[in-house]
Formats: sequence, structure tokens, C-alpha cells
Amino acid sequence: MQTNKLLDLLRQNARLSNAQLAAMLGESEQTVADEISRLEREGIIMGYSAIIDEEKANEDGVTAIIEIKITPIKDRGFDDLAHTIMAYDEVDSVFLLSGAYDLSVTISGTSLRKVALFVSERLAVLDGVLSTTTHFILRRYKEKNHVFNEDNFDERGMVSP
Amino acid sequence: MDYDKLIPQKIRDMQPSGIRKFFDIAQHVEGVISLSVGEPDFKTPWAVRREAINVLEKGKTAYTANSGLMELRRCVCKYLKDFIGVEYAPESDVIITVGGSEAIDLSVRAIIEPGDEVLVPEPSFVCYSPIVSMMGGTAVPIVTKIEDKFRLTAKALKEKITPKTKMLILPYPNNPTGAVMRREDLEAVADVLRETNIVVVSDEIYSEMTYNGEKHVSIASLDGMRERTVVINGFSKTYAMTGWRLGYCVGPQPIIKQMLKLHQYCIMSSPTVSQYAAVTAIEKCSEDVEHMISEYDMRRRLLVKGFNEMGLECFEPEGAFYVFPCIKSTGLSSEEFCERLVYDKKVAVVPGSAFGKSGEGFVRVSYAYSVQHLMTGLSRIREFVEELKK
Repeated sequence: MQTNKLLDLLRQNARLSNAQLAAMLGESEQTVADEISRLEREGIIMGYSAIIDEEKANEDGVTAIIEIKITPIKDRGFDDLAHTIMAYDEVDSVFLLSGAYDLSVTISGTSLRKVALFVSERLAVLDGVLSTTTHFILRRYKEKNHVFNEDNFDERGMVSP
Repeated sequence: MDYDKLIPQKIRDMQPSGIRKFFDIAQHVEGVISLSVGEPDFKTPWAVRREAINVLEKGKTAYTANSGLMELRRCVCKYLKDFIGVEYAPESDVIITVGGSEAIDLSVRAIIEPGDEVLVPEPSFVCYSPIVSMMGGTAVPIVTKIEDKFRLTAKALKEKITPKTKMLILPYPNNPTGAVMRREDLEAVADVLRETNIVVVSDEIYSEMTYNGEKHVSIASLDGMRERTVVINGFSKTYAMTGWRLGYCVGPQPIIKQMLKLHQYCIMSSPTVSQYAAVTAIEKCSEDVEHMISEYDMRRRLLVKGFNEMGLECFEPEGAFYVFPCIKSTGLSSEEFCERLVYDKKVAVVPGSAFGKSGEGFVRVSYAYSVQHLMTGLSRIREFVEELKK
């Protein structure tokens, strides 16, 4: 079983049926089903979600990426604060990063004001947070390998060998 | 101006490509999704594009030697030695051409004269017989059958050989059927040819695209065949470099020498930037090629399964990037099938009849498209076939 190929196919399109995956990988449907169960059980496949053009789905919605600098706590590092932050429903993702700041947090909300208030009232005030910088996403060009807002023009001529 | 007097009859009689004819219909229907192109959907590997930019920045834009950049000819010879196991001398046995197409044209023009017969297995790519006719020769089709996995058999070959036969075109891996010739099939063909003075023009443009673990075998690598074979290959399909227009041919020196004169007068030398970039393609892009082929392979399996499930018997191709399902069960001719599919369901595929009479009853479907695109295409074709049954 070529697990990497299976994962690649699912990354591109999680809605391929087991039968289609089996055909493409040259395996039986049962083998593919078993392998997917294993990957789910072991937490390698965490879930399946759609890639949505949020600008089209929800015109007023906003997403922000917030850079947070924090003071690490002895023996616990950054984990405590990261766990506090990820518990908020508004928070889509939390990453610990190397470089100029520590945590990168993505938040979606229904308006700029709501997101800004969330940052100032919930995040900035947490113990250990030194500073926050909020970047609102103005435009999505590409996400998870899908290109947004582009004509699907195939430059290859209709006339060809 | 009397253009009819001006243009010779044989040029006027030449038919435009059957693929092109069909697209004129397809292009006038809005929202059509195409499963018909014969070129990779991948972009040329970045290293190749980068090298072309380098070459342009350095201003290396002069003509090269007529037969091509020596560095590239060396690369090609080394590649062929590894890949098909045949040795060619970069100084005398290679011409870098403008696509595989030019190499086909040169081979036929250098060898064929009025009265000669050229054997062309069918279904196959559309350019062979028009060029043969131009030279006053006769293209003699050899029908290949689905029962034989669309391979050329020694028996079929023997039946068509006459004292006038001068050349056999060997287009494998095949466009449009996806058939490949295995070593034992080639041995049988070679056994027939060794006793003759027939030259083989082996069009191996899809040679890197073989599946099911079948590595490509060139007829030139069989005993006694190098001296009677011109091998044609190129960069378009393997490295997704169609627009760079670069191919090559290798063969016995007495033939290559004559072909080079034609190339010299009509092309001078192939595009210089493309030639430098092609060196990078051969030297640095084997991983890119491997990736592309593994993608094609998955799509191929998806399509074969899809067509068989909707009741269109689909031969399992072992090469190139086309499937060639049989549509006889629908009761339509290939052209009718394709026209109605384009109007009813807005999917463009190519009628098998564009590749010779024996392609009738089949259609060519390309899988040089994303999985998503192929699935949309398949589901529209499925609807179409189901509605036909009602």
C-alpha cells in the first residue's frame, strides 16, 4: 500500500470514493478502506473539510492572522498559553513559530470590529502576552494548493496532436 | 489570380487533421470541457525554465551547429545508451530537430520517392500518410486490432510487404490507443525485417510513459536492427516541453547524413534557448518525470475503470496518456458519438476515425488533465451513455 500516494490523493480531493482511490492506486477497495481506517485511528488523518472561498461564501466575514509575542513559562514553555488560546471557538488555528514572534493565531469573525475586540479584550490581556499584531486577510490567492479567483483557462489549444 | 492552378493537386487533396476538423465544432459550443488535448497538463519543470532564463540573460541566442548543440547531442546519446541500450555517436548519428514532428518529416523526405510504399500501423498519429503522399509514396495502413492489444503482429506485417515496401513506421507507445510493443512483439517484427531492405522509423515520443512496470523497448536495440532503424524522440511529452519545439532523431550515419541536409536547408538549427534548456531537462529532471508518470498512471487507472463501468469496453493502455474506449455498443459512429457528446453534455473527445479508418468505433480520451477535471468529464459521459440506452 502506497500510503503517501493515498494521502496525496486525499489532500487534493477528500471526496474520492474508496473504489476510485483503489483503482488509481491499483489496490483492492478493502485494502484502501482498511488503510484509511488505520490512518484515522492513529490520528494521521484528523478529519475532512472543504476548501471554501470565504469571500464568495460570506462577503462580510473577515479573517485575521495575529502575531503574538509571549513570555515562556519555566518548564512549560509556550504550551500553557497556546492551550488557553486554542480553547476559544473564534480561533481557527494556533501555531508556534520560530522567528520574530512566537504564536500565530488565525481568527474568523463576522466583522472587523468583532475580531479587533476579541484581540484586545481576550488575547492582549492574557498573562504572559507581551504584544499582539493583527493582520486582516484582504485577499486569498491560494490555499491548500487551490488557486482562487482565477479563470480556469486552459492555455493548451483545443487543436493538438 | 487562379489559385487552383497555382496550388498543386496533391496539396489541395491533402486533408486537414481529423482532430482539427472536429475541434472546429467543439470550439463553437460554450462551456465545453475538453478531454482531448495531446500535451501534458504539467508545466515544464522549473529547473528547465530557470536554465532558459539564464541562457537568455547571458545572451546565448545565436544559431547552433546544424545538427544541434554538441553538449545536447552528447546528453541525448548518453541518455539513449542508458534508456534503450543503443550507442550513437554525437558527431554523426544525431540531429536535434524542431519537435519529433520535424524528425518524422525528415525521415520520410530523405527516403521516400514516387512509387515507394510505407507501412503505417493504424490507428496512429495523423501525420505519417500526408507526408508520404507529398513525396509521391503510398502509405499502406496495417490495421491493428483490440484482440492483439493494438500491437503490430508479424503476420499482419508480412501480408502487407511488397517489393515496393521501403519503410515501416513504428509508432509505439501509440497515440491514440496507448498500446506498447513488448520485446517479444518487436522480436517477431524484427525477424520479418532482417532479411529485407526496409527501414524502420520508430516514433518513440511517448517512450518514458509506460505503465504496469513495462519498461520501453526500442526495436533499434534488437540484434541487427540498429542499422535499419531511425529512432525519433523528443522533449515535448517526457518533460512537458511541447511549446519549446524540440525533438531529435538518431540512426545509421548514411541516413542521418542525408536527413541533415534537408534540416540544414529548411530549419538551419533548432531553437538555441530550447537546446540549452533541454540539457538541463535530461541531466536534472528525472525526478520530475517520475512524478508526472506516477500521476498519469493513477489517472489512467481511474479512466479505464470509469469507462468499463459505464459499459464502454476500454482496452487497458500501457503507454502514452490516452485511453481508447470502444463505443460500438452505443450504435453510433465515432463522429456521431463525439458530436452529440459535445452538444448534449459539453465534453470534447476525439473520434477514433481521425486516426485512420480502423479507429472507427472508438474515441480517444486524454488524461493529461487533473483528477477533478477527469471526474467531471467521466460523469458527463456516463450520463450521456445512460441517456442513449433509454
